[in-house]
Amino acid sequence: MSTRIERRFEALSKQGRAALVTFLTAGDPDLNTALDILMGLPDAGADIIEIGVPFSDPMADGPSIQASSLRAIRKGMTLSKTLDAVQAFRKHDDDTPIVLMGYYNPIYSRGTKQFLSDAKEAGVDGLIVVDLPPEEEGELCIPAIEAGLNFIYLIAPTTDDVRLPRVIQNASGFIYFVSIAGITGTKSANKTDVASHVRRIKSHSNLPVAVGFGIRTPKQAAEIAQFADGVVVGSALVDIISENLNSNGDPVSGTTEKVFQLVSELSGAVKGVHSLS
Amino acid sequence: MNKLNSYRTGVDDDGHFGIFGGRYVAETLMPLILNVEKAYLTARDDDKFWSEFHYLMEHYVGRPSPLYFAKRLTDEFGGAKIYFKRDELNHTGAHKINNTIGQILLAKRMGKTRIIAETGAGQHGVATATVCALFGLPCIVYMGETDIERQAPNVFRMKLLGAEIRPVTSGTGTLKDAMNEALRDWVSNVEDTFYIIGTVAGPHPYPTLVRDFQCIIGEETRQQMQAAEGRLPDVLVACLGGGSNAMGLFHPFLDDENVRIIGVEAAGHGIETGEHCASLTGGRPGVLHGNRTYLLQTEGGQILDGHSISAGLDYPGIGPEHSWLKDMGRVEYVSVTDNEALEAFQLCTRMEGIIPALEPSHALAHVAKIAPHLSADTLLVMNLCGRGDKDIFTVAKHLGVEIDNG
Repeated sequence: MSTRIERRFEALSKQGRAALVTFLTAGDPDLNTALDILMGLPDAGADIIEIGVPFSDPMADGPSIQASSLRAIRKGMTLSKTLDAVQAFRKHDDDTPIVLMGYYNPIYSRGTKQFLSDAKEAGVDGLIVVDLPPEEEGELCIPAIEAGLNFIYLIAPTTDDVRLPRVIQNASGFIYFVSIAGITGTKSANKTDVASHVRRIKSHSNLPVAVGFGIRTPKQAAEIAQFADGVVVGSALVDIISENLNSNGDPVSGTTEKVFQLVSELSGAVKGVHSLS
Repeated sequence: MNKLNSYRTGVDDDGHFGIFGGRYVAETLMPLILNVEKAYLTARDDDKFWSEFHYLMEHYVGRPSPLYFAKRLTDEFGGAKIYFKRDELNHTGAHKINNTIGQILLAKRMGKTRIIAETGAGQHGVATATVCALFGLPCIVYMGETDIERQAPNVFRMKLLGAEIRPVTSGTGTLKDAMNEALRDWVSNVEDTFYIIGTVAGPHPYPTLVRDFQCIIGEETRQQMQAAEGRLPDVLVACLGGGSNAMGLFHPFLDDENVRIIGVEAAGHGIETGEHCASLTGGRPGVLHGNRTYLLQTEGGQILDGHSISAGLDYPGIGPEHSWLKDMGRVEYVSVTDNEALEAFQLCTRMEGIIPALEPSHALAHVAKIAPHLSADTLLVMNLCGRGDKDIFTVAKHLGVEIDNG
């Protein structure tokens, strides 16, 4: 049986366009606002939703997502509550794929078996676990696939052709190309380099390739959408939240709408491009 | 559990010690880690690499460090014969230099031109800045903002040595955050940079290579004790933050089943208060900084900050090989509070004329507990892994003495 992720990419491929993948941290800036944002993302134009599971030590993330993780943790966000939010979302949207993205320790701490069954039941479709490379795939990747969840691997510019087939051997759902050698939200990707990396990945795999890390604006999104199957935007959305907090750390009114505004601009930009892939 | 033929066989092909260790890093880092492993495996089999290492150990670091019979403390405790392995006499005042020399030689072999490191108390930062000065390589040290305030003399030392100190404000601004930041630097500068990790933690191969460089402590101890007493020691004691000085002393003795081995963690204000850094005693297995090991963490798996009077023990994790040795039951792990360490610090200073760092003061506090109950022919070696000059301001503050730190 196919997953929501597979069905969504298939449908978009028929429309001849790339997917807009949005990333926000669960529980940022607080549980209710984050849930409002999550519920409204599909209407604003998100094709696939990545939810960041907050972790105290997000090694691969830049300052924006680090700060959002800490805000969420301080507001009491946990892995359990993240799954609750997904469950609430699923009550009114049974189509939009949800990918949890985060680090291994909160999952390991809960127990991988328990986590996989809870995630599946809540309506999660895929997992990106940043610090679980294929070398450790027995821990979660293989059991996740057996549980009917997609396990999405990151490919970096440093992943050479010798290593690449090993990384994607058990990848499913899509492949996430990290467009910069660096952390999230810090540098911008060079379009030509990214295009050649995406071609390189596609020569090894039939899975859709989404590109993320360093894409902030509708213009950049449109450029990447010319050759990638998905465009991931995270830090730019998270920044809207951090820029709209009052001195108590609460969001000022209109924050949610500003997030939707950028999502809809990004979506418009991605939809305006007919993919060459 | 079946008894192993050897506790020294090291990691499996994927870098695990049992369930511990491993390579839990982002894909951007994986190729770099694999390169370090490849380079290290070649270097390890190359006599030229080790001859350069040993040359510098002798002529630059000042090894072998003495194995010193602490007669007055032996009399004071009234039991086991206490020997100190004097790694505080090394150049830069601690065992850290053993590792940084090894790693910078590896960095050179790999053609890397830029060195990064994390530091908590500043000892590893100083040891890294020192070897960078020696080899003329630029050095960037990540240090938590909180630690920069607490460790002003070491910050100045590093600057004198030509290092650039980058304050880390993310997270809680301590050692674990400095390590996160160094890893972030590394993924952003993949071509030219080598990351010198300061302890037997991090992704494979770091726990192994740091251990191999630190094993010089235990290897010398074997020979020196043979020369002094004609046999091996009976008891080894060392303190643990990340665990590199302890691993260096312990590892060469792991297969000598009659040698009792004890690691001493920092219990801070007491394990029961929750304010401590005793990952093995008060934590549970988790994944952080590229390896699975015992960690201080919340029920939901968020990493907690440790507390210890000694900034060098203030790390919420521990080297994965220690976690494995704990679960195998080969090494005993115990803990000692801030106050006990402070007492041992003063006792050692007054009775032996040696000002120990607060880290080995933890080891000594445990020696004080067990030595009186051991027979007079018991040979006990404690690793005196660092000197205490850096700690005099902290100690003064705790003793209610004001000295001018300005």
